[in-house]
Order: sequence, then structure tokens, then C-alpha cells
Amino acid sequence: MASEAITSADYIKHHLTNWTYGQFPEGHEQAGQWGFAHTAAEAKSMGFMAIHVDTMIWSLITGLVFLFFFSKAAKKATADTPSGFQNFVEMLVEFVQTSVRGSFTAKNDIVAPLALTVFVWIFLMNLMDLVPVDWIPHLSGWIGATFFGMDPHYVYMKIVPSTDPNATIGMAFSVFFLVLFYSFKMKGVGGFMGELTLMPFQSNNKVVQALFIPVNFLLEFVSLIAKPISLALRLFGNMYAGEMIFILIAIMFNAGLVMATLGGFLQLGWAIFHILIITLQAFIFMTLTIVYLDMAHSEH
Amino acid sequence: MNINLTLIGQSITFVFFVIFVMKFVWPPLVAALEERKAKIADGLAAAEKGKHDGELAKQKVIDTLKEAKEKAQDIINQAEKRASEIVEESKDNARVEGERILAAANAEIEQEVNRAREHLRGQVVTLAVAGAGKVLKREIDEKANEDLLQDLVAQL
Repeated sequence: MASEAITSADYIKHHLTNWTYGQFPEGHEQAGQWGFAHTAAEAKSMGFMAIHVDTMIWSLITGLVFLFFFSKAAKKATADTPSGFQNFVEMLVEFVQTSVRGSFTAKNDIVAPLALTVFVWIFLMNLMDLVPVDWIPHLSGWIGATFFGMDPHYVYMKIVPSTDPNATIGMAFSVFFLVLFYSFKMKGVGGFMGELTLMPFQSNNKVVQALFIPVNFLLEFVSLIAKPISLALRLFGNMYAGEMIFILIAIMFNAGLVMATLGGFLQLGWAIFHILIITLQAFIFMTLTIVYLDMAHSEH
Repeated sequence: MNINLTLIGQSITFVFFVIFVMKFVWPPLVAALEERKAKIADGLAAAEKGKHDGELAKQKVIDTLKEAKEKAQDIINQAEKRASEIVEESKDNARVEGERILAAANAEIEQEVNRAREHLRGQVVTLAVAGAGKVLKREIDEKANEDLLQDLVAQL
């Protein structure tokens, strides 16, 4: 906990607030200027013109770790007997290749690298969830207080980027953009529009068919929009809930020795179970990305 | 849980990562995997070929051995034939030689007999002449009765 004086509610809120840099809104003493938000309320008031520094930092760190090790392995990749890390990387590459071959029927060089990036990056971001919830926030609170003279209560550090809906929605929208791009590219504007308006209800009678168009469009449009939303919210929801449970368990550490011991076991158990969830969520995101892109490529 | 610029920042980061992976990570790894696959396939093909060659060589060895055996058998047969020929030849030679020796011995015996007969004949002539001389005493001229005596000898 940041301080003995704060309540459990404050503790949870503190853990769930991002380190936000943004433009102060109207009515603030620094209105119009850019700066770090001091409280959760202030971060909220900044609206869209703000950025979560911790989410960006940790997603960049995890992403760069992924790129660094994988490009290192790629540079050294030979057809000889692989060893150590190269073996591991090749295993992942083959796993992704198999997934793509199984679900993606068209030919597109972007899909497999995209799937690999999605899988490994999301896995690494999720993996941050297994770092005990207080370590890095405490450390950054200490750094903020010692070197920058800040109140540690107001140093926010949320280290799991996938518990930030911005991160998951950002990725999902990128995938969605690709889906739209390839839908238009492969089927043409007419073909894609036809797919949106001429199905699932069809009729040989032209008048009835015309009447079906708005109904079809409504149905198909909703299912189209549901793709990125479900993609983003599934990952976010799972990780957010997992993080929340880690935080709740961490509260037990302040409730006496018995509760703290119990909390320790609970944390261990939940962390072990969470290994499954973080891998599974990364895999689901990857598989759905492949499937959506395959749907964008295939003609009906 | 505020939706803000982070969303766009994440999208940009994501796009950057994907492009990086597409350019620098994926192709060399897949190329290495493909190369290894090809190498393994080649190796397997070579092994299969080696196996095949080995079988051929084995077959060849068996054939060669068989041929050698046949040849050896031929040689033995020939040698046996030759040996029996030689034996036959020797037998023939021995027979011929024996006959020759026999003939020579016969001839010699005949010669001896003839010679003995001649000798005997001479003795008989002499004896006859002596007997006749004794019988006729001086009346009989040896020279006048030569023809008669010769006749007598021829009749013996």
C-alpha cells in the first residue's frame, strides 16, 4: 500500500488509475496546458486529449523485448540444428504458421507476421500481470517521491497494458482496419456492400429484396462492428478481472498474519491459474484475428 | 478506464511492431525453417538412395559369388576331365608300349629260334655229311655231293 492511512477503496482506485499525461480541461487552474494528472478525477476530466504514459511505456517495453529477441533469433537463424532460444522461437513460428494455415485460406504475407506479433506481444503484456501488484507501483512511488518530490499517493503506475481498454481497443481497431481494407480490396466496394446488404435475407422478387436491404444491413453491420468490440473487450475484461483479483488478494496482506498467509497462497494459486488465462487470451486474440482476416478475403 | 489518445498511440505502436516483424523477423525464420525442411527431405532421399544402392551392391555380391562358384565348378570339372583323359592316355600308352615290347620280345624269340634252327641245321648237315662220309668213306666226293646235301638241308 502506498500509505497506511488510505483505505482499501483508495488502494484499489490507486491501482486502477493510469499515469496520465494530458491537457487540463476548462475550469482547471492550468486550463489548456499539458501536464500529468494528479488524481484519478483529474485524469478523467482530461477527456480524450490525454495519454496513459504507463500503458505506453510498458507496452513499448514488452513489444521491444519481443522484437529484440526475435530479431536476434531471426538474424542467427540457420538451417542447421537449432539450439536454445532459436528452438523456442522456431517452435512459436511453427505454431503460428500452423494456426494460419488452418484458418486462413487466402494468400497474404501480412497475416502470419501479424498473428505472431499479436500472440507474443499480448502474451508478454499479459505476463506483466504475474508481477506482484505492488512491486512496480511501490518502486515508482518511491522514485517519484525521492527524485521528483511527488506525493507517492499520486504516482500512478499500471503495469499491465492489456488491462487498459485503450491498448486492447487500439489493437482491435488496427485489426478491424485491416479487415475493412481487405474486404474492400478483395471484394470491391460493390461486393462488400452487397455482402452487407443482400444477406442473410434473400428473395427472387426485386421489391421484396429491396425491402430486405435495410434489415440485412442492420444485421450485418452489427455483426461487423461486433468483431473489433468483442476482440478488444474480451481481452480487456479477462485481464482487468484478473488484475482486480490480484489487487483484492493483495489487500489481505494488511489484515494480519493469518490473512496474509492465506493471501499468499491465494496469490500463488491465482497466478498459476492465470498463466493459463494469459496464454489463452493471447491465443484467442490471434486466432480471431486470423479468422476475421480470412472472412475478409473469402467471397460468399 | 478513460478512452483517450492512448488508443491511437497503441494502434501506431502495433502497426510499427507488425511492420517490423514482417520485414525483419518472419522472413528469415521461415526461410530457415523451409531450408531445414528441404535439407531433411534431401537427407531422407539420400538415405533412401543409399539403402537402394546397398541392396543393389548386395545383389551384385551374391551374383558375383554365384558366378565365381560356377566358374570354380567348371574348372574342377575340366580338371577332372583332363585327369581322366590323362589316365586314359597313359593307359593307352602303356598298352601300346606293352604291345611293342611284347612284339619285340616275340621277334627276338623268333629270331633266336631261327638262329637255333639254322645252327641246328648246320649241325645236322655236318652230322649228316660226317655220317655219310663215314658210310661212303672215300668213295664219295664231298664236292660232287654238295648239291645233294644242300637239297637235304633245305628239306630239314
